[in-house]
Amino acid sequence: MKHYRIIVMLLFSIQSFSSDKIIITGSSTIAPMLSDIAKQYESSNADIRIDIQTGGSSRGITDARKELSQIGMVSRELKPTEEDLQKFTIAKDGIALIVNENNSVKAISFENIRNIFLGKIKNWKELGGHDQPIVIVNKAEGRSTLELFLKFFELKNSDIKADIIIGDNEQGIKTISKNKYAVGYVSVGTAEYNQSVGVPIKLLPMKGIKATVQNVANGSYPLSRELNLVTKMKPVGQIKLFIDYAQSEKVNELIRDHYFVPILFK
Amino acid sequence: MNKLTKIFCWLSGLVISLVLISILGDIILNSLESFNLTFLYQVPMSAGRRGGIYPIIISTLLITGISTLVTVPIGTLCAIYLSRHYPSTLVFKKFIKRMIQVLSGVPSIVFGLFGNAIFCTFFGLGFSILSGALTLSCMCLPLFITSVEEGVSSIPDEVIHTTHSLGFSLYTTFKSIVLPLAIPSILSGLVLSVGRALAETAALIFTSGYVDRFPESLLDSGRALSVHIYDLAMNVPGGDQNAYKSSMVLIGLILIINSVFNIIAKIISKEGQLYE
Amino acid sequence: MYQYFLNRRDLYIKILLGASGFICSLCVILIFLFLLKESFLVITGQELSLFFQKSWFPLEGQFNLIPILIASVLLTFGSIFLALPLGLLTAILERFFLKGLFKIIFRRIIEIYTGIPSVIFGFWGLMKLVPFINDFHPPGQSLLSGILILSLMIFPIISLNIMASVEMSPKHFYRVSESLGISRATYIWKILLPSLKGQIFSSSLLAIGRALGETMAVLMVCGNIVQVPGHLFDPVRSLTANIALEMSYATGEHRSALFLSGLVLFLLTLFLYMLSSFAEVERNE
Repeated sequence: MKHYRIIVMLLFSIQSFSSDKIIITGSSTIAPMLSDIAKQYESSNADIRIDIQTGGSSRGITDARKELSQIGMVSRELKPTEEDLQKFTIAKDGIALIVNENNSVKAISFENIRNIFLGKIKNWKELGGHDQPIVIVNKAEGRSTLELFLKFFELKNSDIKADIIIGDNEQGIKTISKNKYAVGYVSVGTAEYNQSVGVPIKLLPMKGIKATVQNVANGSYPLSRELNLVTKMKPVGQIKLFIDYAQSEKVNELIRDHYFVPILFK
Repeated sequence: MNKLTKIFCWLSGLVISLVLISILGDIILNSLESFNLTFLYQVPMSAGRRGGIYPIIISTLLITGISTLVTVPIGTLCAIYLSRHYPSTLVFKKFIKRMIQVLSGVPSIVFGLFGNAIFCTFFGLGFSILSGALTLSCMCLPLFITSVEEGVSSIPDEVIHTTHSLGFSLYTTFKSIVLPLAIPSILSGLVLSVGRALAETAALIFTSGYVDRFPESLLDSGRALSVHIYDLAMNVPGGDQNAYKSSMVLIGLILIINSVFNIIAKIISKEGQLYE
Repeated sequence: MYQYFLNRRDLYIKILLGASGFICSLCVILIFLFLLKESFLVITGQELSLFFQKSWFPLEGQFNLIPILIASVLLTFGSIFLALPLGLLTAILERFFLKGLFKIIFRRIIEIYTGIPSVIFGFWGLMKLVPFINDFHPPGQSLLSGILILSLMIFPIISLNIMASVEMSPKHFYRVSESLGISRATYIWKILLPSLKGQIFSSSLLAIGRALGETMAVLMVCGNIVQVPGHLFDPVRSLTANIALEMSYATGEHRSALFLSGLVLFLLTLFLYMLSSFAEVERNE
């Protein structure tokens, strides 16, 4: 009944009903988690509506600057040119190197990872594995994950001889789970989750530290990044309330639910 | 020759059917265990991994419906204009035809960015169902117009000559002759464009948006089913189950819409048949 | 031509029809202008050196589009090469060789194809087709997988169009040829299809347009490596996948370069259709 009435109202009005609205745009990595947080926030604050749109970290920055949105989502640290924005970290994420479960290699050293991606090591047998060519899965340009990876391993993207390039994390997981001799890198949480439900992938330790969400949380895992919210000016009113909420302990459960690491933990 | 034709036809039919069975089978098998009707009228929870897709279905129907409402009149009129029976400057016709052909080749993502710039920003509609619907109409126009134009053009000359000899005005010709005869092609054009509209992802991400709440007005952002499927499959860890279930709903929706159109086509064609 | 415009109502209709044509072409012109505006930055900055840089590495200011362009062209023509016969044969099957329930089911099958989102095709391709190809020749994500998936996506356009055309074409040709004792096959190939040359051609053009513009599915199964493919099993990146992959994260020159690739795609489509108008047979039925 309620819905029938709403549909009739729709036909007669195209004007939005007025309640306070916060528009948030940016990284598609953060979007699912933030929309959960927003829903939870809305359920205890009836007069506010939070609309979340994707479009990428760069969009988050541009929209926040141009005030097309009130808050931007950025899945990396801010660049020096972006220091004019206010940054609020709401979670952390790590990047894990993954291979297929059937790959007998258990760990790859820092140098060897570099050499694989530079094309100097071409076959798994050189690392003690099967006699099969290595299929390199790299991420597309502009992705925060790629930039972090390049910085950590001191590589230039033009030097990497990739065989497959992927966009989102899940695409990488699906590619590597179906290809026995592929190697790539995705978010730690995503990889850990997929492994736990039986997807045939394996996370490799980085510089000897096991790739687990736990290790990202305690800071021992070396390859990690921040997930940030940005605003143009110091937030006030509703926006400030929401950002405070997103940074509080009340959302830790939700953050863990999405396989990221809360910033405040016991 | 007969045999050869038969063999190749059957072969292609077989391949097509097998591939479809593989695609659908994959979806059905993966969604069957946990599928129940509550999925259709619950709201999504935990970024869509739990709960249902009710608001998303509503948004999708709204977007598709409105885009059809826009595409059909403009498309039919344009198709009649372009058809060979309509007297107008050939240069104009050729130009418009060329433009429509080019429109059909524009990538969906460019439509998304364009729709964003024009409808969301320039017209100020923001991320909304209306923006999405209008963008989709642009995308579906070429398919629809081409189909209807061929239909109208294939009306035999004798029929048009008869209307002239009877002194029909343009208006009467359209209302009583051209439109009823063009119905099969309008419907087949509709099937193609509704199919395209329902299946579109990239364009909608940038225009109707990502919000999975029940839309309260046409200016509200609403997530379409295909966008939801993409997000669950490629972006949300653990979203696969519901991605499969949503896919099943989408395909079911298409089946229903196509069946409805076919029934309408049958009813109408029974009333006005030209060739016994 | 004729005394069509008998009264004022007709004048309104004439205006209405012209206006609708105008609106449709306005869409395209606006899109063109939009692409032009957004790619302006990189056009003025780079000039011809654009095409002779090493490859596509926007992070380092390299924007060579040529391998990506070639990939798009190869993908499109490969797919229409498969989709055209597939579309024709399935249409003939439905119209001539299937009866009753089978006819309805088969037509429904083809219609379902048009409604399956590109995401699902891409997903199926990634999970089923690519591993299959990988067994023959790694890495699986390749030009071939792209061509196969695209053909599956575009053949229904041709198929359904032909079915509708045959349905609407005069049946007396068929009866005449039957009474003359001409075999069905000869009727189909020598009489019916030639009479439908126009429809076949225009729906093929639509299909080509669709293939050129397909984004999601290609993104998931082609491998997205910027290179000119040496053979069918090499991974490639299409213009559309290029835009989709990087647009979200691109700023400034990078973003402008992506719009440039959109512009190139647009011009390619325009060029294609202009070519076809020279080859087009006059359709005077």
